[in-house]
Parts: sequence; structure tokens; C-alpha cells
Amino acid sequence: MREDNSMKKTPTVGEILQAKGVSRRGFLKYCATTASILALPPSMIPRIAEAVENARRPSVIWLSFQECTGCTESLTRSASPTVEGLIFDAISLDYHHTLQAAAGDQAEAARHAAMEENEGGYLVLVDGSIPLANPGYSTIAGISNVDMLKETVAGAAAVVAIGSCAAFGGIPGADPNPTGAVSVQDLVTDKPVMNVPGCPPIPMVMTAVLAHFLTFGTLPNLDKHGRPMAFFGTTIHDRCYRRPFYEQGKFAETFDDEGAKAGWCLYKLGCKGPITYNACATTKWNSGTSFPIESGHPCLGCSEPGFWDKGGFYEPLSTGRFDSGAKLAGAAVAGVALGAVAAASGRRRQAKYTKEG
Amino acid sequence: MDLLDFARGPALQWAAYILVAGTIWRIVGIVLLKEKPDFSEPRARGGLGAALKVIYTRSFTADPFKPATMYPKMLAYVMHIGLFAVILLFVPHIMFFEGFLGFSWPGLPNNAIYVLGVAAVASGIALLVRRVTSPVLKLISNFDDYFSWLMTMLPMLTGLIMPLRFGVRYETLLAIHILSVAALMIWLPFGKLGHTFLVFITRGTTGMVFERRGAKT
Repeated sequence: MREDNSMKKTPTVGEILQAKGVSRRGFLKYCATTASILALPPSMIPRIAEAVENARRPSVIWLSFQECTGCTESLTRSASPTVEGLIFDAISLDYHHTLQAAAGDQAEAARHAAMEENEGGYLVLVDGSIPLANPGYSTIAGISNVDMLKETVAGAAAVVAIGSCAAFGGIPGADPNPTGAVSVQDLVTDKPVMNVPGCPPIPMVMTAVLAHFLTFGTLPNLDKHGRPMAFFGTTIHDRCYRRPFYEQGKFAETFDDEGAKAGWCLYKLGCKGPITYNACATTKWNSGTSFPIESGHPCLGCSEPGFWDKGGFYEPLSTGRFDSGAKLAGAAVAGVALGAVAAASGRRRQAKYTKEG
Repeated sequence: MDLLDFARGPALQWAAYILVAGTIWRIVGIVLLKEKPDFSEPRARGGLGAALKVIYTRSFTADPFKPATMYPKMLAYVMHIGLFAVILLFVPHIMFFEGFLGFSWPGLPNNAIYVLGVAAVASGIALLVRRVTSPVLKLISNFDDYFSWLMTMLPMLTGLIMPLRFGVRYETLLAIHILSVAALMIWLPFGKLGHTFLVFITRGTTGMVFERRGAKT
């Protein structure tokens, strides 16, 4: 972790945690969990602990563009204080529309100050997509989203796209995409970009990624969509506790039938678990309470690119997408016409051979 | 649009158009053909009863041919029963049909489907081995025979490997599986797989002609 004079003025993460009453045992437990979920060997636990404990609060600039603030709600109001929550508090969040006290010019001044003081070392977190159809669709302090993003990431160490809007365009980018919304990775090509998609994303993913950044100074291994493999390496279906019912062919047919009450598989109700890569089934939500499928609702596939445009949420995954019966009827009529032509031609040949014979 | 969206959307849609148009084209083209004049004195009427009789009796091997054809016949039965079960009784497939038919029917547990699917593929491979090792069968086989075999086996194989993955992502395997089904749908009306919808028409016609001529059916 890069250290400069400005960072030395701030307390270390370890000092902050200690001040907040986190025990050594609790802290090490968090480090062990983090190592485990990031698929790191146990020998890395002391290194994570040392790095996180001694890290100066990394400067984080959080940019919110075309979004609903659900990602911020998820990350900041996830549960009663947890070690992850405190770690999250322990970053130096220098700019965040929803959370900062400053407003107007003061807020923008804080962003510029953070960028200058931590040049090359700060993290930029983005939630929301960026409209390109007209820069005026979304502005902050008179600055268009695209201009603010480009200006801010210029001196960043890395960029993290939080939520499906920032990662893939999300609902603003859904068909017909009236604002011409694009994702962060569509615009930022010269900096490391990591996507933490989800609508909203899981808080634990964010803090674990920060821990990885503090420990190694780099982003973790990413999949083809730029998502951390440790969390997005397997599908919801693979880790779902209802999977045995899928294999047995036991499915809930409606939301209130006997199958639903017995906790059977939700595939028939449109569950997108088989094609959705996320850690909901293992990490769960609300301090490990449950996840959507456990609450009786099919997975919507919210961490996958373009999930809004992948058909109906309650349409089973194996359903084909036929536009209309009219076109199939048209094909049938075409078949009759072709058959009649073929038969007429065959009859002519038959007549010829019969005559010749 | 990713591969799965393409497979579930345009690929499946166009395959369905071609399947419907091609199947009706073939059936109408045959049904409207002029009946071949038969100047012989009919030995029997050769009506619908004769057609139904042959449709049934040709499902089994005639006694004189049993020693020679029992093995392939059994394999063919296993393959066809497996195919029917996998296509019509696997729950995700039933939901696929329900998507455009509007109704569904009970399915089998996945493990039963896997067993039937493996049996169908094993029988298909055994039949192919027989075809390429028998000089007579090899001589009368053409591109259509091998390509139709491939088009039938690809959806089976791509479907069966889905639970195993082999390190490939689920949605990629699903897309490949659906694309292989689309290829099967496109080929089905035009090659020997046309027997799917022609089998009873041809058997019935044979029965009517044979009975009219006094042949034992």
C-alpha cells in the first residue's frame, strides 16, 4: 500500500477497529473468512491481518451516476455493525453524494483534494450507468457523468463498478436504452476495472475486495465479465440448497402450492440460478440470514449482463422465445404452398412416365 | 446478444419456422401425388384397416427375420424409447413445450432421464458401429444416414454433459445444446429423419397396397 504524508496523518485500520471495540479474535476471524472466500491459502491469513491492520485508510471516491442508491443502501445499511461494516467505515470515503456532509462546491472541492493528495493511489467506486445519448441527462454540479468519470479515474489506482448498472448498464441500459447508458468498463480502458454486479451487490464482496486490495495492492482474479472469481466463480444453482429437488424433479408450480410450502425447486417459476454467477447461496444476505431463493422467490439473475432483457422473470429458463404463433402459421402456409408446387411437379413427371411407359 | 440469447431467440425461432414449413412441405408434397395406376385385379379392398394393421405389425420383426435382425431391432427400440423419454419427459423440456403449447404433463426424475439418455446414446453408437462394420450396410449407407445420426446424437450428447460441465460454463453448454437442437429441427424434414412424421404414412400406404395385391402383411 502506498503511503504518503497525507495518509500518515490518518489512523490505521487496526487502530480504528480497536477504537470501535473489535476484539483481536473477531478481527482474525474476519481475516480467516476473507482468506477462505478469496480462495487464498491459510498461510495468507497473517499477511491479510497485518496488511489490513497497518493500512492507512485508503482514499475512496464514490461516484453515483444513473442509479437508485440501492447499492449504497446495501453496503452501508447491510446489518448491525459487523467487522465487515467497520472495515468499510475504515476506508477514507472522501466523496459520496449520499453519505457526505458537504454539498455543492465544497463537495467538488473535496473530490479534487482527494484526487490531488492521493494521486495514483486512490480507488474509484462507481454505482450507476453513464448516459452518452445526451450528457445533460445526468449531471452533478453541472458536470456530465462521462466527464466526471474520466476526470476522476485519470489518477486512480483502480476502478470498481458497484452494482449491475455500473458493471453492465443495468436498468437504464435496458432495451430501448433511452439515455444511451453504458457501463464503466465501456469507458475506462486504461485502468484496472473490477465489476461487482448485483441489484444490489453483496456487501461482503465489497469488503473482501477491499481487503484484497489492501493486502496485495492489486485486484483479485476476475472472470470474463470482470467479476472477482472468488464470488462469481460458481452459479447460484450449483450452491443452492434446493438443488436436490431439481434433480428429483420436484418443482413448485405456483408461489402458494404444496411444492412451494415444502421448499421445492423454483425452476418452473422462472429461477435464473443455473445461469447466474454470484455468491448469494453461500454468503447470503442480512448477516447470513437468507437469500432470495431461501425466501421463496426465484433468482432473477441480477448479477448477469443484460438481465433485464433476458425474458420474463417468471418464465422458466428452458422456455424458447418465439415471437408469435402468427409467424409459425405463416411458415405452415408456406409449407403447404411448397408442398403443392412439389406435388404438381411430381404429377407432371408421373404423367410423363405413365405416358412413356 | 450473447450466445444463449441467440440460441433461445433467433436460432430456435428460425429452426421452428423451417421445421414447420419443411414438414408440411414434405407431407403435402407426398399426399397430393397422383396415385400410381394399378391395373391388376384387387385381391382385397386395401382400406384403412389394412393401413392400421401394417402400422402395428411392422413394429415387430417377422419370424423369418428374427435371428438376423433381433440385435439391431432391440438397439433401435432402446434408442427410440430413450429419445422419447428424454425429449418428452425431462421436466425442463416439458416446460419448453408448455411455453408454446400452453399445457404440460408429468415428467420423470432427472436421474431416470440420465439413465435413459445414456442408454439411448450407447444404442446409437452400437448401431453406428454395426453400420460401419457390416459390408452390406456400409454399401447402402450414404451421407444422409451418417449426418442424420450425428444430428440426433448431438443434442443428446450436449444435453447429457450439462450436469458434468467439464469446466465449461453452464450457459455456454445450454446455448450449444439449444443450437444443436435447432440444427436437428432444421435437418429433420429433409433427410431420413423425416421418418419422424412419415413413418406411419408410409407404413399405412404399404399396408393398403400390399393388401390390395394379396400379400401377407
